[in-house]
Amino acid sequence: MADTLIETPTAPELDEIHEVDETDGETRTPTVVADGVDIVYRVTGTGAGRGSATAALNRIIRRKKHAARGMREVHAVRNVSFTAYKGEAIGLIGTNGSGKSTLLRAVAGLLPTENGRIYTNGQPSLLGVNAAMMNDLTGERNVVLGGLAMGMSREQVRERYDDIVEFSGINEKGDFITLPMRTYSSGMAARLRFSIAAAKDHDVLLIDEALATGDRKFQKRSEARIRELRATAGTVFLVSHNNKSIRDTCDRVLWLERGELRMDGPTAEVLQEYEKFTGAGK
Amino acid sequence: MSQTLDTPRTPAPAQAPLDAAALAALHGLSVSNARPSLPQYVRQLWARRHFITAFATAKLTAQYSQAKLGQLWQVMTPLLNAAVYYLIFGLLLGTSRGIDDFVPFLVTGVFVFTFTQSSVMAGTRAVSGNLGLVRALHFPRASLPIALCLQQLQQLLFSMAALAVILFCFGVPPTWSWFLVVPALALQFAFNTGLALVMARLGSKTPDLAQLMPFVMRTWMYASGVMFSIKQVLPEHGVPQFAKVLLECNPAAVYIDLVRYALIDSFDAGQLPYGVGAMWALALGWAVALCVGGFIYFWKAEETYGRG
Repeated sequence: MADTLIETPTAPELDEIHEVDETDGETRTPTVVADGVDIVYRVTGTGAGRGSATAALNRIIRRKKHAARGMREVHAVRNVSFTAYKGEAIGLIGTNGSGKSTLLRAVAGLLPTENGRIYTNGQPSLLGVNAAMMNDLTGERNVVLGGLAMGMSREQVRERYDDIVEFSGINEKGDFITLPMRTYSSGMAARLRFSIAAAKDHDVLLIDEALATGDRKFQKRSEARIRELRATAGTVFLVSHNNKSIRDTCDRVLWLERGELRMDGPTAEVLQEYEKFTGAGK
Repeated sequence: MSQTLDTPRTPAPAQAPLDAAALAALHGLSVSNARPSLPQYVRQLWARRHFITAFATAKLTAQYSQAKLGQLWQVMTPLLNAAVYYLIFGLLLGTSRGIDDFVPFLVTGVFVFTFTQSSVMAGTRAVSGNLGLVRALHFPRASLPIALCLQQLQQLLFSMAALAVILFCFGVPPTWSWFLVVPALALQFAFNTGLALVMARLGSKTPDLAQLMPFVMRTWMYASGVMFSIKQVLPEHGVPQFAKVLLECNPAAVYIDLVRYALIDSFDAGQLPYGVGAMWALALGWAVALCVGGFIYFWKAEETYGRG
């Protein structure tokens, strides 16, 4: 993985201090540093039937008290530390419920950490633009709304509008961009979402299983776009259960199991172990 | 299945010489999820102004997009609303005693109060109802209640157009004083936004408020002289002085009275509980107090929204 990480001396970012690694002389800029991160969810509404209404009242009245009845703590991520560098594409793997998405949200700064800290360069963005989109509006208006929600200016949205629509391929089979999103198939909607999210240049881009949808052709195009983002911007994190797409896009993999970082290393090595663990083989 | 854990293999040798905090500091990384300072927050919010307006308009358009009559409902809804109140309070209960131009009086009250009412309701759900958005994207969270209040303001413009027609039909002559509606509603908008920000923070911690608020708002409406004149009704029932002052100074009543004063000819300065200047001062005071206070109150919990 070393060759992709070497910064050429002509790199445009002159103001950045590069850390010189003593062991093999690489110069790398960290973009995300996670230091002993613990994440705990507090879940209400697990009260098992008995007296749940009074338990709820109790909870409201003495909210400050720690861990009231009917509140459960779920320790989703335990003591995870890693450092991500500029130009890396990092895959996050693990069985369902192992804390991958939670960790991504925390890196994005959308979930507070219980213990430990996450330091980031700029504002990592989660590819989650779908949340801003409204099914009753046309694809057209959703492109604008989604772009603005991600923090693009009106001019940027206008500039990139055609690229977004073209990349999504929504109009390949007719003028569908002027139809309300509720008429789209789930594949079409997913393609539009990815296209909007990928239109912005991100310092750190976090992608949560976005590539699972869409046809093979679109998946190929998305993977190419991820490689492009990586080259221009910084670091890409990718959560996926598709080992092939991890292999195609990532050079490093973090394997989470039960909230703990089980392995961290080059893609081939970690995937091999992971496949042994899940018994998936190939 | 065996759960023996491999010791995490650390590929980044950089962690050896430096600890995480020092490494982060060296490269100018910042802690994610830290609350910005107040001036920073205002700047961020200003940078998102296009998102706020686009979100408000999108919400407004999406609202009736499945209805056959479409955007016509923007005007129909307030008109029907006013018709129901007229039927009950005007024809059946006869609260109109002693009020000239009762229909304009009532409809103005209903529309103006609805503006505050729907802003507060929308504010209560602003964060708790948009958790998906809050958990997926980064933006100053105050954008949500502000955008929703803006949506209500746009809605109000439709109501005001309907009101102009109603006033005309009931023979209220248009005068220059109609323009006073603009500052009155602008102040009310500021007040609503502040209140919505407060409610958004409360509602994000206790979503149950959304169930409770309709009752609070209805009580507030009946106490604000929407369908009767506080000035004429209260003395008849021997209401103590402090209660009367409280009702007359309540912001909803103040904004309603100011709009009535601006629009309706027969609603002259004599109908106002205090002098015209005092009323405007009250309107301004409420707007500034809520707008500033509500904003700061909301900002104080900025980093906690979307948790749990």
